[in-house]
Amino acid sequence: MTLWQSLLDPFGYEFFVRGLVAAVLAGALCGLIGVYITLRGMSYIGHGLSHAIFGGYAAAPLLGIPIVLGAGAWGLASALAINAITRARRIGADAAIGVVTTASFALGVALLTRFGTKGPAFDALLFGSINGVSGGDLLLLGGALVFAVTVFTVLYRAFLFSTFDPEVADVSGVSVRRMDALLMLVLSVSVLATLKIIGVTLVAATLVIPAVVARMLSDSFSRMLWISTGLGSSAGAVGMYLSFQLEIPSGTTIVLVNAVAFLVVLAVTGGRALRRAAGLNDHTDLPAPTALVGAGR
Amino acid sequence: MDLTSPRIGPLVTATGVSFGYDRTPVLLDIDYTVEPGGFTGIVGPSGSGKTSLLKLLLGTVRPQRGQIQRQPGLAVSYVPQLETVNWSFPVTVAECVLMSRSTRRLLPWATAAEKADVAAVLERLGIAELAGRHIRELSGGQQQRMFIARALLRRPQLLLMDEPTSGVDIGTRHEVLHLLDDLNREGLAIVLTTHDLNGMAAHLPHLVALQRRIVAAGSPQEVIVPHVLEQTFGARMDVLQHLGMPVVVDGGEPARLRPVAG
Repeated sequence: MTLWQSLLDPFGYEFFVRGLVAAVLAGALCGLIGVYITLRGMSYIGHGLSHAIFGGYAAAPLLGIPIVLGAGAWGLASALAINAITRARRIGADAAIGVVTTASFALGVALLTRFGTKGPAFDALLFGSINGVSGGDLLLLGGALVFAVTVFTVLYRAFLFSTFDPEVADVSGVSVRRMDALLMLVLSVSVLATLKIIGVTLVAATLVIPAVVARMLSDSFSRMLWISTGLGSSAGAVGMYLSFQLEIPSGTTIVLVNAVAFLVVLAVTGGRALRRAAGLNDHTDLPAPTALVGAGR
Repeated sequence: MDLTSPRIGPLVTATGVSFGYDRTPVLLDIDYTVEPGGFTGIVGPSGSGKTSLLKLLLGTVRPQRGQIQRQPGLAVSYVPQLETVNWSFPVTVAECVLMSRSTRRLLPWATAAEKADVAAVLERLGIAELAGRHIRELSGGQQQRMFIARALLRRPQLLLMDEPTSGVDIGTRHEVLHLLDDLNREGLAIVLTTHDLNGMAAHLPHLVALQRRIVAAGSPQEVIVPHVLEQTFGARMDVLQHLGMPVVVDGGEPARLRPVAG
């Protein structure tokens, strides 16, 4: 077998092609939503929500309801609970995520250990798997991506305003509460749809890394959306390919490809881009106001 | 841009309003009216309820007791404190201003009419050349102008501002004051909060001294007086006169600061 043949070999397997398509869709989906999540300072929510949905995965078969439906409803309920607790301002978002989602994850582990499950294998749920991506999984992923793109296109301004300045958005005709709930719905559906490919423990990275890299590369919100979505889908494709060749769980390779992209961009752009991504609010590296176009009276 | 309001009667009226978070009272028995074309500064120390009063006027919180009545169809805009803004957020000046435009449009990009409106309001505020710049690249005065532009794009009758000169230098403070004065002369009613008595409050036509209750209301000459300041800020302060305006000095060292007569 020539090198070229061995490189193209995976494409001869139907399960790989399905997995590849799924990884591209999952990467694009997470990359797109990740922009909103990271700019809202909620990077940890992907991690928490995937753990919460794990509880739903375990509980749904025991309750006799379809796994997708049960886990989805569980994830959405967890996301809304996090939102409600955070809005009450008694504890911070990070603490709310910690309480709600780890409790849900612990419940999932307890149920799986005690009763077993008829759903996806434990390891596959934790780290993602190239195997067993069904037509139904692809439909779910495609549907989630279309849903997310539609929501973020039609409500572009409302989401941008409520992400940048929720207080003023609220008095300017944007229902911030509704936007928050809708974002949680999109996020829950997306985490649920991508869980099989990327895994509970690694979903957060696919939400955060492409968005952070996009922020390092651009000062424009709309450009960030394109870069993050593009990087997410590319990392999904390359990661899935490496998963097949190296026989490593797909979630792991997808995240590692994302991490390499981050390191390459960091090496090329340097600390300035990292400061931009970290959201540091200092003016020390800026030209003096007088050097800017004068706006004074 | 014509800001003159054809409406008559108060824009907002607060009657017997009390407000608090949980069981902690923040405002008690507030009676206050925002008149068309008025320009009021709410002064008081941290925790005196200034921001809460703004939020009540804005309608983002509801009174626990009493009533807030707004003129039907009243357009109110709000400018937050600069210090609460994430200045590294990836938007340009024009994008930021455009945010306040109607959110009913189903496509993300701006129409030609919207772009023209943004250009006009930026021109009016003297920052048209900065439209394509990232918001992080603005000076304090330019940041404040950008947010005022965003507020004006909604064509408000009432502009509410939370500490517009907090943390800015003297030049910026003058710049903001002059701009607000111009907008007020064009008919825009303005209510702002400030704890800066000499730099800001003394220059405004009308003041409200707040310490959970309204301690005093009137012109700077009526409000910036020692007994009102002591009741409001809980500390003794002396008031000097300079070019017909009150100047507050620390009451702890009156002898050193008192000007020599003669």
